[in-house]
Amino acid sequence: MVRALDRKLFRDLWRLKGQMLTIALVVAAGIAAFVTLRGTYTSIQEARATYYERQRFADVFARVERAPRSLLSRVERIPGVSRADGRVVEPAMVPLADVSEPLRAQISSAGPEELQVLSRLHLRDGRWLEPGRSDEVLVLESFATARKLRPGDRLPLVLNGKKRDVRVAGVAMSPEYVFAIAAGDISPDPERFAVMWMSEEALSATFRMEGAFNMVSVQLQPGASEPAVIDALDRLLEPYGGTGAYGIGWQPSNRAIDGELAQLQSFSTVLPVIFLLVASLLVNVVLSRLVHLQRPEIATLKALGYSDLEVGLHFFQLVIVILMLGAGVGVAVGGYFGDVMVDLYAVYFKFPNLEFRFDGASASAAVVVSVLAALVGAFSAVSSVVRLPPAEAMRPPAPARYRRSIVDLLGLGRAVGPSLHMIVRELQRRPLRTVFSSLAIAVSIGLMVIGGWYYDSIRDLVHTQFHEVMREDVAVAFIEARPARALSDLGHAPGVLAAEGIRVVPVRFRSGHAHRDGAIFGYPERGQLRQLRDRYARLAPLPPDGVVLTEVLAQILGVRPGDSIEVEIHEGQRGKRRLIVAGTVDDAMGLQGHMTAEALASFMNETPKVNLALLRIDPASSETLDARLKDMPYVASVTRRADLLARFESQSANMITTMAAIILLFAATITVGVVYNNARVALSIRARDLASLRVLGFTRGEISAILLGEMGLQVLFALPLGLVFGRWLVVGIASTVDPEQWRMPIVITDRSYAIALSVALIASVLSALLVRRRLDKLDLIGVLKTRE
Amino acid sequence: MPVDPAVLEGRALTKVYRMGDVDVHALRGVDLSLYAGELIVLLGASGSGKSTLLNILGGLDIPTTGTVVYRDHDLTSATARELTRYRREHVGFVFQFYNLIPSLTARENVALVTEIADDPLSPEEALGLVGLGERMDHFPAQLSGGEQQRIAIARAVAKRPDLLLCDEPTGALDYQTGIVVLEVIEAVNRELGTTTAVITHNAPVAAMADRVVTLHDGRLTGEVRNERRVAAKELRW
Ligand SMILES: Nc1ncnc2c1ncn2[C@@H]1O[C@H](COP(=O)(O)OP(=O)(O)OP(=O)(O)O)[C@@H](O)[C@H]1O
Ligand SMILES: [Mg+2]
Repeated sequence: MVRALDRKLFRDLWRLKGQMLTIALVVAAGIAAFVTLRGTYTSIQEARATYYERQRFADVFARVERAPRSLLSRVERIPGVSRADGRVVEPAMVPLADVSEPLRAQISSAGPEELQVLSRLHLRDGRWLEPGRSDEVLVLESFATARKLRPGDRLPLVLNGKKRDVRVAGVAMSPEYVFAIAAGDISPDPERFAVMWMSEEALSATFRMEGAFNMVSVQLQPGASEPAVIDALDRLLEPYGGTGAYGIGWQPSNRAIDGELAQLQSFSTVLPVIFLLVASLLVNVVLSRLVHLQRPEIATLKALGYSDLEVGLHFFQLVIVILMLGAGVGVAVGGYFGDVMVDLYAVYFKFPNLEFRFDGASASAAVVVSVLAALVGAFSAVSSVVRLPPAEAMRPPAPARYRRSIVDLLGLGRAVGPSLHMIVRELQRRPLRTVFSSLAIAVSIGLMVIGGWYYDSIRDLVHTQFHEVMREDVAVAFIEARPARALSDLGHAPGVLAAEGIRVVPVRFRSGHAHRDGAIFGYPERGQLRQLRDRYARLAPLPPDGVVLTEVLAQILGVRPGDSIEVEIHEGQRGKRRLIVAGTVDDAMGLQGHMTAEALASFMNETPKVNLALLRIDPASSETLDARLKDMPYVASVTRRADLLARFESQSANMITTMAAIILLFAATITVGVVYNNARVALSIRARDLASLRVLGFTRGEISAILLGEMGLQVLFALPLGLVFGRWLVVGIASTVDPEQWRMPIVITDRSYAIALSVALIASVLSALLVRRRLDKLDLIGVLKTRE
Repeated sequence: MPVDPAVLEGRALTKVYRMGDVDVHALRGVDLSLYAGELIVLLGASGSGKSTLLNILGGLDIPTTGTVVYRDHDLTSATARELTRYRREHVGFVFQFYNLIPSLTARENVALVTEIADDPLSPEEALGLVGLGERMDHFPAQLSGGEQQRIAIARAVAKRPDLLLCDEPTGALDYQTGIVVLEVIEAVNRELGTTTAVITHNAPVAAMADRVVTLHDGRLTGEVRNERRVAAKELRW
C-alpha cells in the first residue's frame, strides 16, 4: 500500500513537474558530462595500458648513428634495465603510381615473430615476414586501411635511393604507432605516411647495417629510475652517435596520447563539478521555496505527530527522486556520447580494442557526489523549517520585512514608480537568492563560453598555422641539407612562381641539467613564405645574431635573452656549440630555436644550406611539377599545404565540433534549467502580491512587468559576469594542455560570446513567456483564498 | 461532577515572546486541568492567549515557565521527540483553517494519521463519523469550508485520541455550517468519550460545554460549570 505521505510526494512532484524536470536535466547534464568524459578518459587509458603491457612496449628509447649489436648486452647490464632491443629504422619513400608525390615512409627491421623482444607487433592480417626476404614487408594497419592494401598486394618502395617492388606479407599494429605521425606533421596522415617493417637481414643489408642497429629501446625493471637509466644510456651511446635517450613520456605517439588524456581529465573534472554546483544551487532555491510554501503543511504534519526526521525525509525523498531520474538519464546519455567520443578517438588512436568502457565505479561515484551536492543544497532549505516548533510554523510567516532600497537612497523614489520599487525591494530583500540565481546563470554562460573557446582556439590555431605561418603551396623536404644554390633548380622548374629555402637542424638544447630536443630553423633574408610568428600570428623580429627560443623552451632551460645555451647538433658531423639567446617568441607549438639563415650557417660553420624548399606554384602546371619532383633523387617528401589543411579539416573538424557541441548542449541545458526555475520560483513567491495588484486594478501587462523585470535584472547582472567567468575558466583549462606541445591561443570569438549570450537570453525569454502565460491565467480568487 | 484525576494538568503557565526589545506576555500564570471525558470551552478576546495555551497543552509549544503533566508524564521537560510521540499517540488537533494537505484526498488526509497511530479507526469509519463517507476521494479544493473542517475533525479523531483540541473550529464558517461542525465535535466527545477542548470567540457556544473558562490578557478570569449541556443543534447566535 502506498503511504499517504508518499502520495503527497508524487503529487508534489507531478505538480512541479516542469521545475523538477529541469533540475533533473541539470543533474543529468552533469552526470552525462562526467560519464562521457571520464569514461572516454578511462577507456583510452585502459586500452593503452593493456596494449602496452601485452606488446611489451619499451620505456626508454634512443637513436644512434650505428652501433654493433654486441652493444645490446652492455645496455642490458645498465642497472635498472631489464631488456634491450636494437633495430634498424630508416626513412623510405613509396612512389605510388597513382599518387602525384611520393609518400613518406618509415621502415624498421623485424626479427622472427616469436623472437620479438620489445614493442612487439600485433599481426592483424596475412603472415609474418620470411627471414632474409628483401621483397616483402609488413605495413601498419592504418596505412593499409587508408590505401586499401591487403596481404599479397605489391607496392613500390625506395630504400636508400634504390627503387624496388615489395609484397605486403601482412598487416600489423604497433604500440609505437598508436598515433602515427610523421616527423614535422601536426596530425597523423595515414594516407601519406607509410610505416613498414622488413626482415632484419634484408633491411640491414640494404642500409649496410649488418650486425648493427641505429635505434635502441629499453625496458626498465620495476621501480628503476628512468633518469638514471637515460644518463647511463647516453654515456654508453655517445661514441656511437647517440642523440640522447628519452623516456616513454617523450615517445611521440605516447606523448600525443598523454596530451589528449590530460585535456580529457581536466574537462572531466571541471565541467561536472560546475554542473553539480549549479544543480545544488538550484535544488536549494527551488526547495527553499517549496518548503516555505508548505510551511502550514509541515506544521500540520508535525502537529499530527510526524517527527522532524519523517518530515525532513519526505522532502529529501523529493530531491532523491529527481536525482535518480537525472542520474538515470545522465548515465544513459553519457554512455551514448561516450561511445561517440571514443569512436572519434579511434580515428586517431589505433589500439586493437579501443571501445567505450562504461566506468561503473566513477559513474556511481558521480551519482553519489551529485546526491550529496543536492542534499547539501536541500539541507539548509529543509532544516530551517523542519526545526521550527510546530506552533511557530502553524502561524503564517509574518509579513516580510522590506527596507527602503537603493533607489530611495539615491533620491529617485518618486521618479521611478511603484513597479520598479517592488522589483528592487524584492531583489534587495533576498539578496542571497538573487545572487545565487545570477551566479547560476553566470556559470552556465561561462560553460557555454568554454564550448565556444574549444572550437575557436583550434580554428584559430589552424588559421595561424595554415594561412599565416605556412604561406607556401608546396613544401619539398630534401633527404639531406643541400647548398642554397640547389633552390635555383627548383625555382626554374615549370610552374614554380617562387622558391625559398629553410634550413632545419635537429638539435638538443641544453642548459645546466635541463635539456630538450627540438630543431633550429634558419630563415632566408627577406623570405615571404615562412616567417617567425607568435601564436596569435603576429610577426616576430629575428635579430641578426643569436637564436630566438620558444618561450616555453627558454623557461624550461631557465635562460633569458643574453644568456648562452649549449646546442648539440644531431646531424652531419655533430658536435656541441654554444649559442646566445637573442630573444624569445610565444609560438604556437613545439620547442624551437629561430635564426636568420646567415647566422645559422655561420653557427653551423657551413656555406648556407637548405633542407626544406618552399614553393609558390601556378596551379595549372602542378602536374608537370609533380612529375619533375618525382624524378629528383634528393627529394624526401612533398607536402601540399592544401592537402594538410583538407586532412586536418576532415579528421579533426568532426572531433572538435562534436566536443564543442556536447559542451554547448550540456551548458544550454543548465541555462534553461536555471532560468526557468528562477522564473517559476519568482512567480510562486509573488503570485499573491500580483493577484492582489490585479484586484486593485493593475493590468496583466503591468504585473508581468514587475515579475519579469525582476527576472530581467538578474539575467542582466549575470550576462557580463558569465562572460568574465567563462574567460577565466578558459584560461584555467588552457593551462592543462601540455605547453611543450601546444600553446592554445586564448581566443574567444564574438560569435562564441554571442552564442552564450543568446542561449541565455533565449532561455530567459522562453521562461518569461511561460511565466507570462501563467500570469495571464492567474486565478485571482484561488490565489487570494489560499492562506499564506 | 468529575471525580477522576485530571488527564492533563497545566500549572502556573507563562509564555513570553521576545520581540526585539519588547516582551509580549501571552500567558501570565495560568492553571488549567482537563478531566477525562469532559468538553471544555475556552473563551476570550483576540490576543488573550487562547491559542498559546492550547498549543502548550497539545505539545505544539513549550511554556516559558510552569509545568504541564499528561497523566504521569511531565511534558515541560520532554524532548522534541517525546513531544512528537505525545502528539502522535494522544492528541488530535482541529485548526481554524483546517490545515488539510491540499495534494491529498479526504481519505488520504485521514490516512496520514491512521498510518502512524496504534489502534486507529479506519479512514472510512472516521469519515463516516463526520458524515462524509461519500466524499472520500475528493481533494480539499473540491470541498466547502465546512466539509473541509469535518475532514479535519475526522483526521483528528481517527487515532482515537485521548485529547481533542480545537482552535476556533468554526471561525471560518457560517452559522449553519458551524453548527454541523460543533455537532460532530459533540458526538465525538460523547460517543468516543474523548476529552475535548474548544476555543471560540463565540460566547453562545459555551452552552454546549461541561465547563467554560475565560481568558483575559494572559490570565484565567472566569470558570463556570454548566448544569446542563445544550445540544449543539440548539445553539443560536
Ligand atoms: N510567535 C509569536 N511571537 C510574538 N508574539 C506572539 C506570538 N504568538 C502569539 N503572540 C502574542 O501573544 C498574544 C496571545 O496570542 P494568541 O495567539 O494566544 O491569542 P488568541 O487568544 O489565540 O487570539 P485570537 O483569538 O486572535 O486567535 C498576542 O498578543 C500575540 O500577539
Ligand atoms: Mg488564536
